[in-house]
Amino acid sequence: MQDFGGAFLEAFRLLVAFDSDLLAIVGLSLEVSLTAVAIAGLIGMPLGALLAVVRFPGRGACLVVLNAFMGLPPVVVGLVVYLLLSRAGPLGVLQLLYTPTAMIIAQCILVTPIVAALTRQTVEDLHAEYAEQLKSFGIGPLGSIATLLWDGRYSLMTALLAGFGRATAEVGAVLIVGGNINHVTRVMTTAIALETSKGNLALALGLGAVLILLAVAINALVMLLRASAARVSYA
Amino acid sequence: MPDGSLSRPPARQEEATSIRPLRGLDLKVQRQGALLLDVPEIAIDGEGLSVVMGANGAGKSLLLKVLAGLIAPSRGRVLWGASAPQRRLTLRLGFVFQKPVLLRRSALANVTYALKAAGMASGAVRERALAVLEEARLAAVAKRPARVLSGGEQQRLALARALALEPEVLFLDEPTASLDPASTLAIEEMVLRARAAGTRIVLVCHDAGQAHRLADEVIFMHAGRLIERGPAAEVFARPKSRQARAYLAGEIVL
Repeated sequence: MQDFGGAFLEAFRLLVAFDSDLLAIVGLSLEVSLTAVAIAGLIGMPLGALLAVVRFPGRGACLVVLNAFMGLPPVVVGLVVYLLLSRAGPLGVLQLLYTPTAMIIAQCILVTPIVAALTRQTVEDLHAEYAEQLKSFGIGPLGSIATLLWDGRYSLMTALLAGFGRATAEVGAVLIVGGNINHVTRVMTTAIALETSKGNLALALGLGAVLILLAVAINALVMLLRASAARVSYA
Repeated sequence: MPDGSLSRPPARQEEATSIRPLRGLDLKVQRQGALLLDVPEIAIDGEGLSVVMGANGAGKSLLLKVLAGLIAPSRGRVLWGASAPQRRLTLRLGFVFQKPVLLRRSALANVTYALKAAGMASGAVRERALAVLEEARLAAVAKRPARVLSGGEQQRLALARALALEPEVLFLDEPTASLDPASTLAIEEMVLRARAAGTRIVLVCHDAGQAHRLADEVIFMHAGRLIERGPAAEVFARPKSRQARAYLAGEIVL
């Protein structure tokens, strides 16, 4: 119990002092996860909108797979990316294993289905309202998708947010493909796991606190944006 | 039908293919075994304003949507001029829905969106859109999000946006259904101006007063069928069908 209280104090000290190790870890976490979410957004949003707007044979099966992939186990994704990027794997020549790029790829695979599935839902609802009007303007499927994504932009931030939460919180995938190398691929979650097992509870707790604060801050930001969007864009 | 037979000059688009006469042949719409629409033949041509009347569920909106190519009929076909409905020609037919479908953008952006969809050069779009809003007395709210406008303003915007594209035929599905008298009047003025400019208008309405004010011709529907069609004065004075008689009597009493 003594240790626990002490760990909290030490964690607080590290946070307030902007400990450089801690900052480096937080920075890398943000860099990896934000990049992964950005790429996932670029892929997942048009994909989700396409599934919402276009009817084709096999669409139902696509939706089932997409929704199931929202819950991909990070360690399995890590394993598959590991196999692809390992020296003997098909992408081994790229020498990406144990780099931040590998971690971005893994997180991107985790997040894209989440963004796509949530986008599909949002855009489908909007499409139900817009479809006839857009058709009467002679707007084709691609134009409809662009219009719907733009008009749903504030709702779609929630999809990105969910993806970001998933990316920053997962540990399995980044651990396998990143390797948790100090100053290279160590991010918040892998650091917490490592420091805890080493008994360095202060740093682990400090990182945990940052992780939670980050989640709260980003949620608050998105809520603010949405509230202002509701005021200026639609009631 | 008024005798104004001056034909409209070809609109700005490259081809001047007319969508008139707008025809439906042997139209049937079936849903879950129920026959919702059964119109052997209908043609919308010439000039003027037709009011489609009938009880709820008579198939008025459905008829408009089928003729506009928004809903495919279960049987039969729709002809716009000589061809089937096609994307190239959709902008020649304007459609204002009962509940205005406004984009989650400013009033101005709603109009510019439509103008751009019609292929207007981007340099001219803004100016034209502002002129359109001015004419609809919406200039003051041009920058406001369309969705926070009042119901009357929203419907005026939807109508102005449709008219901005200078459609040859304009379908209005109960455009004033939930509006107060002043807003209704504003809409009616816009509709009458469009008719005077030569736009062929088909308007669904429940309001006998409005039908009296606007209609050149009345189309009466009942249970998915076209029961009666004729010059407004005649239909109002001496409705031939039992259903139209009952409906009109009921309306006037109400």
